[in-house]
Amino acid sequence: MFGEFLTSNLRQFWELTGFANAELGNFVMLGVGLFFIWLAIKKNFEPMLLVPIGFGILIGNVPFNTGAGLEIGIYEEGSVLNILYNGVSAGWYPPLIFLGIGAMTDFSALIANPKLMLIGAAAQFGIFGAYMVALAIGFAPDQAGAIAIIGGADGPTAIFLSSKLAPNLMGAIAVSAYSYMALVPVIQPPLMRLFTTKKERLIRMKPARAVSQNEKIIFPIVGMLLTCFVVPSGLPLLGMLFFGNLLRECGVTTRLAKTASNALTDIVTILLGMTVGASTQASQFLTPQTIFIFFLGFMAFIIASSSGVLFVKLFNLVLPKSKKINPLIGNAGVSAVPMSARISNNLGLEYDPQNYLLMHAMGPNVAGVIGSAVAAGVLLGFLA
Amino acid sequence: MATFLCKDLPHSIMKKRLSLIFVALACIAMGSFAHNRKALRINEVMVANDTTSIVDEYGRYSAWIELFNSNFAPLEISSVYLTNDPQEPKKYPVPLGDQRTKMGKRQMVVFFADGKHEDGTFHTSFTLTPGQENWVGIYDADGITLIDEVTIPASLLPGQSYARVTDGGDEWSVRDGSEGKYITPGANNIIKGTNPKIEEFAEKDENGFAMTIMAMCIVFTALLVLCLCFYAIGALGKYTSRLNKARAQGVTVKEVAPDDNDSGEEIAAIAMALNEHLNAHDTESTILTIKKMKRAYSPWSSKIYSLRELPHK
Repeated sequence: MFGEFLTSNLRQFWELTGFANAELGNFVMLGVGLFFIWLAIKKNFEPMLLVPIGFGILIGNVPFNTGAGLEIGIYEEGSVLNILYNGVSAGWYPPLIFLGIGAMTDFSALIANPKLMLIGAAAQFGIFGAYMVALAIGFAPDQAGAIAIIGGADGPTAIFLSSKLAPNLMGAIAVSAYSYMALVPVIQPPLMRLFTTKKERLIRMKPARAVSQNEKIIFPIVGMLLTCFVVPSGLPLLGMLFFGNLLRECGVTTRLAKTASNALTDIVTILLGMTVGASTQASQFLTPQTIFIFFLGFMAFIIASSSGVLFVKLFNLVLPKSKKINPLIGNAGVSAVPMSARISNNLGLEYDPQNYLLMHAMGPNVAGVIGSAVAAGVLLGFLA
Repeated sequence: MATFLCKDLPHSIMKKRLSLIFVALACIAMGSFAHNRKALRINEVMVANDTTSIVDEYGRYSAWIELFNSNFAPLEISSVYLTNDPQEPKKYPVPLGDQRTKMGKRQMVVFFADGKHEDGTFHTSFTLTPGQENWVGIYDADGITLIDEVTIPASLLPGQSYARVTDGGDEWSVRDGSEGKYITPGANNIIKGTNPKIEEFAEKDENGFAMTIMAMCIVFTALLVLCLCFYAIGALGKYTSRLNKARAQGVTVKEVAPDDNDSGEEIAAIAMALNEHLNAHDTESTILTIKKMKRAYSPWSSKIYSLRELPHK
């Protein structure tokens, strides 16, 4: 009697363990999670993002008996992970991240040389190029829009838009967006070399003028009003971005700006990364669609980076000789801040050790943040 | 009320009065319940469930009646009567003691009209007959007050439902599950099956060219407007700077040389040259600091951060 009781309980316990519920997909995803953590720790690829995402993948792919009513899975309503995931699924983490980005970003380079904004706009062609490819592959317009936003190279924007347009693809889109952002140093330099001549890479740009405090204060106010009047659907992202920047620049809310750019951003990044990772449960993630999404994301990055560089070359045709732009900053039109600007600088120094392009590249880089938020607003307006 | 429940009153009178208040409150509560129940509506009915609609907990496909609480407050429906015969209003009393009979605000509940009331709260004691007109009514707990009724046309085919066009609305329509005519037991009668915007894009912009052109135009316009705006603001800033210089020098604005080279780098270079020339810091390492140095106050210990400053005039 006692022995039967013991064995039946142990059997029940065994059925609840991960070993009894494991499937091949779980192990594949655990491998992906470990790979992300390895990339972050050993290769230093975007560790702030890849460590939380990688560990989130491990959390999300520990197998368990979903029928046991344990309420532990990220997709089980009321579970702790599900509550944390609400910030992703309802799309309120990304605007908070944008608040932090705004509070961290110095828009001086852009204000000093406003024409660089157009590079940020041109790079958004990556989004719509990928949109066309996604449609050709057979995705519906709303899904295509959600996938294509990966080309904006902006994780929070990708999560925000996919939560609205294609929630079922959000895990794959988010992981794809962050993966390619981490791979920017690998993807962009060959394209930059391919589309530029040696002469162009040596162009030295005029130092940017000093920007007054008043201009820095006016920028977020005017920027928010203008962009949001054009694309009101971008309000959650653009509104928070410019609000964060006003906190930084106005000079009287230092404490708020510090909190937004440090503690708040860190907290939201941890929760966002972990829950996005955990949302990639094998059953949801290991589908043929995910492969297409990764392919499309890669396409979007290539198109975005290339179109930024090519636009600068085109722009140079109409600019006077003294105001020519080094096309190596064209790649920075994607909003992977400040990684892509750093790549412009490093590549510029490779060809001319005296040519520091970092501050020039920061212009299109932050314009890319605005541009991708505007593009997300446009897609949301058209397709939601 | 204060004199009605005065502390000086004898205990027995006080007790009586409290009982009276309790009874009065109970009557008000009952009244409000009765009032609430008038908002109960028959929202959708399927007479012949041909296995395309919902299945009950026993795996059977039966006729069903959806009720809708059109109140913006929860509603307890136990003890109301459901019937298919106006002559016999008390045919199926919704049982007491089931938590599920408390409907949330603007929520639906589905009863299976399968004649098997022994199977549970949501199984009525009567059935509906396909191929003929069916009348369904809800009576209040008194068995006299008719809350809502509907006559389902005989022409209703198997798999079709008869539903209000909008939840709780006056107009009824036949639903066959096609686009815009979805059968929605337990859900709102108007649901977004598809997004017309997406359908339009899928149909008229198969390759995405139109979207790309429109979206890129909008993105460029937004950033171009911002760009022009900041050229204008920059120009205004420069002009103001020249104006201030002119005032300080006592000359006209035109006489002040345009100051295009005020980049931080040049200022840094001049500062460096001055430092070299003056050699003012002979014992220090030559570190050029452009940023103003500030003491790093902790917001937790500094009064500056916890006190509101007066606005500057």
